[in-house]
Amino acid sequence: MKKAIITVIGKDKVGIIYGVTKILSENNVNVLDISQTILQGMFTMMMIVDIEKCDSNFEALSDILAKEGQEMGVEIRIQLESIFESMHRI
Amino acid sequence: MINKYETLETLHMIDNQHLDIRTITMGISLLDCADSDSAKSRQKIYDKICNKAENLVKTGETIEKELGIPIINKRISVTPISLVAGASEAKSYVPFAKTMDEAAKTVGVNFIGGFSALVHKGFTEADRILINSIPEALSTTDIVCSSVNVGNSKAGINMDAVKLMGEVIKKTEELTVSTDGFGNAKLVVFCNAVEDNPFMAGAFLGVGEPDCVINVGVSGPGVVKHALEKVRGCDFGVVSETIKKTAFKVTRMGQLVAMEASKRLGVPFGIVDLSLAPTPAVGDSVAYILEEMGLEKCGTHGTTAALALLNDAVKKGGVFASSYVGGLSGAFIPVSEDAGMIAAAQCGALSIDKLEAMTCVCSVGLDMIVVPGDTSASTISAIIADEAAIGMINNKTTAVRIIPAPGKKVGEIVEFGGLLGTGPVMPVNNYSSNDFIARGGRIPAPIHSLRN
Repeated sequence: MKKAIITVIGKDKVGIIYGVTKILSENNVNVLDISQTILQGMFTMMMIVDIEKCDSNFEALSDILAKEGQEMGVEIRIQLESIFESMHRI
Repeated sequence: MINKYETLETLHMIDNQHLDIRTITMGISLLDCADSDSAKSRQKIYDKICNKAENLVKTGETIEKELGIPIINKRISVTPISLVAGASEAKSYVPFAKTMDEAAKTVGVNFIGGFSALVHKGFTEADRILINSIPEALSTTDIVCSSVNVGNSKAGINMDAVKLMGEVIKKTEELTVSTDGFGNAKLVVFCNAVEDNPFMAGAFLGVGEPDCVINVGVSGPGVVKHALEKVRGCDFGVVSETIKKTAFKVTRMGQLVAMEASKRLGVPFGIVDLSLAPTPAVGDSVAYILEEMGLEKCGTHGTTAALALLNDAVKKGGVFASSYVGGLSGAFIPVSEDAGMIAAAQCGALSIDKLEAMTCVCSVGLDMIVVPGDTSASTISAIIADEAAIGMINNKTTAVRIIPAPGKKVGEIVEFGGLLGTGPVMPVNNYSSNDFIARGGRIPAPIHSLRN
């Protein structure tokens, strides 16, 4: 398993989760965990995904997600879990 | 499992507090590139750099994308060129600098360091040729950085070298008049230079280092400043704890990036340099951290104590976060590269004398300081001597990167652009040090060098 974390931050609207999960499904990325909340008026979603069997390479997936974010008016990012693990776990 | 708040904290540090990896620096040994024929030697140097660093920039960019953290610079440090070129018949090493410049541009790095000589106890013929080549080398290349080590705690200070470096800096100023003396922004004069420094302009790869190695420098003044905003009014124990925790997190990023880069490039990991390296960007300033501690302006009374606490807490927090720590490790105080320092120098709160005191307790020394164009070579040498003395006596690295700005007077501004920022011309003491510098010879090693 190779875990990555997807974060979506922006103005809430209908279809954000659909927009993201559609791309993940098309690229064979499995969702392990989702949490979402409204923080200081901003829609904030965090998703833990498994990209081990992902059909496209990481950079391509990152670009597709970022582009989808632009279309929906939110910021979508995917980062390897290791950056958060190394900063917050010993 | 990582929770939402931790994730957002990391994103917030990157987006709003300028958390970044300042540099991935690949050290490449050029000792095997020495040749009695200088043309052959330069060809070997070009080939080795291009071969070893071929994938450095691409790998850095891939890591940046996958981890989502900016990696600002990809750089190369090499063996001091005087040690490599000395085997050849060359009477000028400017062509070697040009070869370094070409190779660095071919592989796409931001800077290459190592046009250097180590002369803390004396000169070889090659050291003299190298030092005499510095002005032309810096004025005819773009991304080559040069450094000269003029003293250390074991050997004392080579005052002939100190004198010579004052003259070299003035000559470099003359040759780079059209860019306000920019050549000197790429030249560092060290005492106790370290062999694994990833930061420019002083990076070179020491002779005790492996053939190829990855060293990483972290940054994060903005993150520390932000953390301290939350503990306003609390005592210094709390301040120190807060800085330590923040430095730990910042350094963990550096450790992760260093390990990834090392693995992907198939090159051993050397060290993480625990540094707070400012940039001219608003909110990325070491001076603002000191002001956040309660000083009205950086440079006022109390600044040295504040910096001592900061520097020490950064090391304590960072050292546990990385398996190998090295380089310069501490807070940097380059005037032109730090928005708060620039402001403090402009309003008169920060003087060269205070900066000198600050260098006793922090990483490195008088850095990116612009002085009037009519400052004499002997005054510059004397500034170098003072800084070297601080390093020698206190067993720490000190350095001088001073830029006499041609034709400029105190209060004027010099624009360097990019990460090198904006330098206000600062006043120097106008009384002469000429006869002192003219003495020459060596200042003997201090008594505490006799530890055996």
